[in-house]
Amino acid sequence: DGDDRLGLPGDAEGEWDFDSKTDTPDVPLSTADTDNTPECLSKALQGLPPRWKNYWIRGVLSIAMISGFFLIIYMGPITLIFVVMCVQIKCFHEIITIGYRVYHSYDLPWFRTLSWYFLICVNYFFYGETVADYFGALVQREEPLQFLARYHRFISFASYLAGFCMFVLSLVKKHYRLQFYMFAWTHVTLLIVVTQSHLVIQNLFEGMIWFIVPISIVISNDIGAYLFGFFFGRTPLIKLSPKKTWEGFIGGYFFTVVFGFLLAHFMSQFQYFVCPVEFNSDTNRFTVECEPSDLFVMQEYTLPAGLQNTLKWKTVNLYPFTIHSVFLSSFASLIGPFGGFFASGFKRAFKIKDFASTIPGHGGIMDRFDCQYLMATFTHVYIGSFVRGPNPSKVLQQLLMLQPEQQLSIFHTLHSHLRESGMLPPAATQAE
Amino acid sequence: MTELRHRIAKDTEPPLQQHPSEGSDSELKAEKDGLSDSESKVDSGVPEVPVPPDDTPEVLNKALSGLSSRWKNWWVRGILTLAMISFFFIIIYLGPMVLMMIVLCVQIKCFHEIITIGYSVYHSYDLPWFRTLSWYFLLCVNYFFYGETVTDYFFTLVQREEPLRILSKYHRFISFALYLTGFCMFVLSLVKKHYRLQFYMFGWTHVTLLIVVTQSHLIIHNLFEGMIWFIVPISCVICNDIMAYMFGFFFGRTPLIKLSPKKTWEGFIGGLFATIVFGILLSYVMASCRYFVCPVEFNNDSNSFQVDCQPSELFQLQDYTLPSVLESITGWTTVRLYPFQIHSIALSSFASIVGPFGGFFASGFKRAFKIKDFANTIPGHGGIMDRFDCQYLMATFVNVYIASFIRGPNPSKVIQQLLALRPDQQLHIFNSLKAHLIEKGLLPAVEAAA
Repeated sequence: DGDDRLGLPGDAEGEWDFDSKTDTPDVPLSTADTDNTPECLSKALQGLPPRWKNYWIRGVLSIAMISGFFLIIYMGPITLIFVVMCVQIKCFHEIITIGYRVYHSYDLPWFRTLSWYFLICVNYFFYGETVADYFGALVQREEPLQFLARYHRFISFASYLAGFCMFVLSLVKKHYRLQFYMFAWTHVTLLIVVTQSHLVIQNLFEGMIWFIVPISIVISNDIGAYLFGFFFGRTPLIKLSPKKTWEGFIGGYFFTVVFGFLLAHFMSQFQYFVCPVEFNSDTNRFTVECEPSDLFVMQEYTLPAGLQNTLKWKTVNLYPFTIHSVFLSSFASLIGPFGGFFASGFKRAFKIKDFASTIPGHGGIMDRFDCQYLMATFTHVYIGSFVRGPNPSKVLQQLLMLQPEQQLSIFHTLHSHLRESGMLPPAATQAE
Repeated sequence: MTELRHRIAKDTEPPLQQHPSEGSDSELKAEKDGLSDSESKVDSGVPEVPVPPDDTPEVLNKALSGLSSRWKNWWVRGILTLAMISFFFIIIYLGPMVLMMIVLCVQIKCFHEIITIGYSVYHSYDLPWFRTLSWYFLLCVNYFFYGETVTDYFFTLVQREEPLRILSKYHRFISFALYLTGFCMFVLSLVKKHYRLQFYMFGWTHVTLLIVVTQSHLIIHNLFEGMIWFIVPISCVICNDIMAYMFGFFFGRTPLIKLSPKKTWEGFIGGLFATIVFGILLSYVMASCRYFVCPVEFNNDSNSFQVDCQPSELFQLQDYTLPSVLESITGWTTVRLYPFQIHSIALSSFASIVGPFGGFFASGFKRAFKIKDFANTIPGHGGIMDRFDCQYLMATFVNVYIASFIRGPNPSKVIQQLLALRPDQQLHIFNSLKAHLIEKGLLPAVEAAA
């Protein structure tokens, strides 16, 4: 966000640091820091002073992005996956471009090619694992897909190794250290950007509500904290982001909890959002139709005595999901900003104002998504720990891949377990 | 190691007849004079990495004091090589538990060595928390991985104890929360003047964790598959090291890669053939022994590891018909082999052809940061990381190979996942499995009545 108004290197605040004495490469300025506002907006806002002009641009673009968000939700899961992939590629591109500016000045070979190659390898690995899970029936039908699925890990590993060997062969005598730094840069970026975007997609398959609510909560926290800070802000929060205040932080927290609660309540009623995304092999399309799970069925909760006296209600009807949303909102407001601080620190470290100038008034895609990534990982871990168990189709798939004796022994174990829990009538079984 | 010594000898003319394993300051300075002119423009102001003192034990020094320094070095290397190989045999004899402990210790030492290099480069800036945070992240990642492994293999033990059960049910959440704490501590520890250094160190730590910790856990997974999957790859890499060195020593002429000037094509190819032969012989010896071949299992009643099983098909002798070319040469029509020996050819080939790239990577890394060895833990050889740089790629390859070509998923893990499902999902899977087994003829059709 644009409140970290970094000046040129060596600004008056005395941020001249001893880093320049070491071999940590500096990042030369680039054209990415120039203004990118479209002509029409510039003309329309000509009359206003620059501060208001900035607010208007940010406002218009915010509304545009939120509308875009609604549009792609309407268009369905496939579009969402596609958009997630595009965002991931753009974020990767932005971060690698920052590194490349350093690298390029030394005419080092292959850096960009290798980075993109590693991106493709890691994406191939992850998408292959996801596709094999969810499109099991489709994969079994086609012969080449079956082969690719069976040896998927080996093929991914071989592709990665090819890139690794190319890197080793591309080492140039004078620039070893820079090349190792760039190799590590690429890998850390892959770790952050690619793995978390795939967690986003796995959340999406759980049910679109697990994708929409976390993202909306982070956006609302951003906006809420900004507004509270604007009107009531007084005490600075952290040296890293001087424009953030405690009032904004706490106000944003309560605002987000309330917003998340209302949004979760609203969305839990629709099957379109609540049902897991499944691929129907007959119609070759995604379907979102199911019996909503317990989480999305209204239940009565008895209020604790304190609230009973205040509100004069004995019980309240809630979706259980709204209670989960309180935890998601708390995480987004309390821990999510650390992702933003991390990105701010990163920008200060490399003396850049924004990651890129893709979105006028807001900076690059990465600027908008820096808090989202931590949220996506948290949501995924949360779902895995508190909401669902493992994916049944994946378990069945693994079962069918075992040796026959192992399958038999598992069959007997499962049989006795089901008899114990009463799912199978005990009297009907004979000696096994 | 030897490569850097050669470079120094070519570039400068200092009296470098002293003991090469004594990392003295004069050697490093001479190297800087010879090389830093061209590199100083690019990597300005390289902080000097302090060289650890020589670590050769007194007894060895005394015994070898009479020889010239070159022979002395070889004797030291030779003796230490034998010592390491004997140690390897001893820990194999001691069993799986000890092996796991040793893998954990090696991993911690490698991590320590790499972090120390980073720390010594940037120490002069008194950055707070760097070492604490690095060790904390190491603990978190290890907790995550060991938790996943323990839950898989010690499933029944975990189910019995109540606190363990809770820890294992919410394992991912706890690990993630621990990691996040470290992440937030890092953000709070950012100091105004040193942002960039701190981010570099954060990246350094994470890449090190990625390389060292994940691959050491793949080694442990291989180990549980059967000790042979642990011993044969490591032995192949060691053999390739030694054989390539020998072939290069006796026949070496054409340099292989600029990064390691002492490696030659003759050594590379000779090492490949020698390692394949060695791999075949070693697998033949080991495949007949149940101790090596059986998966390691934890016996809940006796609370100990056991390696007792019916050896799988891989480890039973089979007849293979030789192709006609080999028939005419050797005069045999068929040959009896363990199928595992054929897999060992693939493993040896990888160790000889792709494994060295791990070594080149480490050489490049050492040149990039102008260090001779990762540390001076093993006299004559350098640090633990120096000995293990080729092993890590091998461990990952073996793990991927096993998963792709040998076994399917781990049965105990599948049971665990099954029992975590909802009852209606379990019933659905039960019926699918029953239909599948009846189709295959493993279950009599009369079971269908149940």
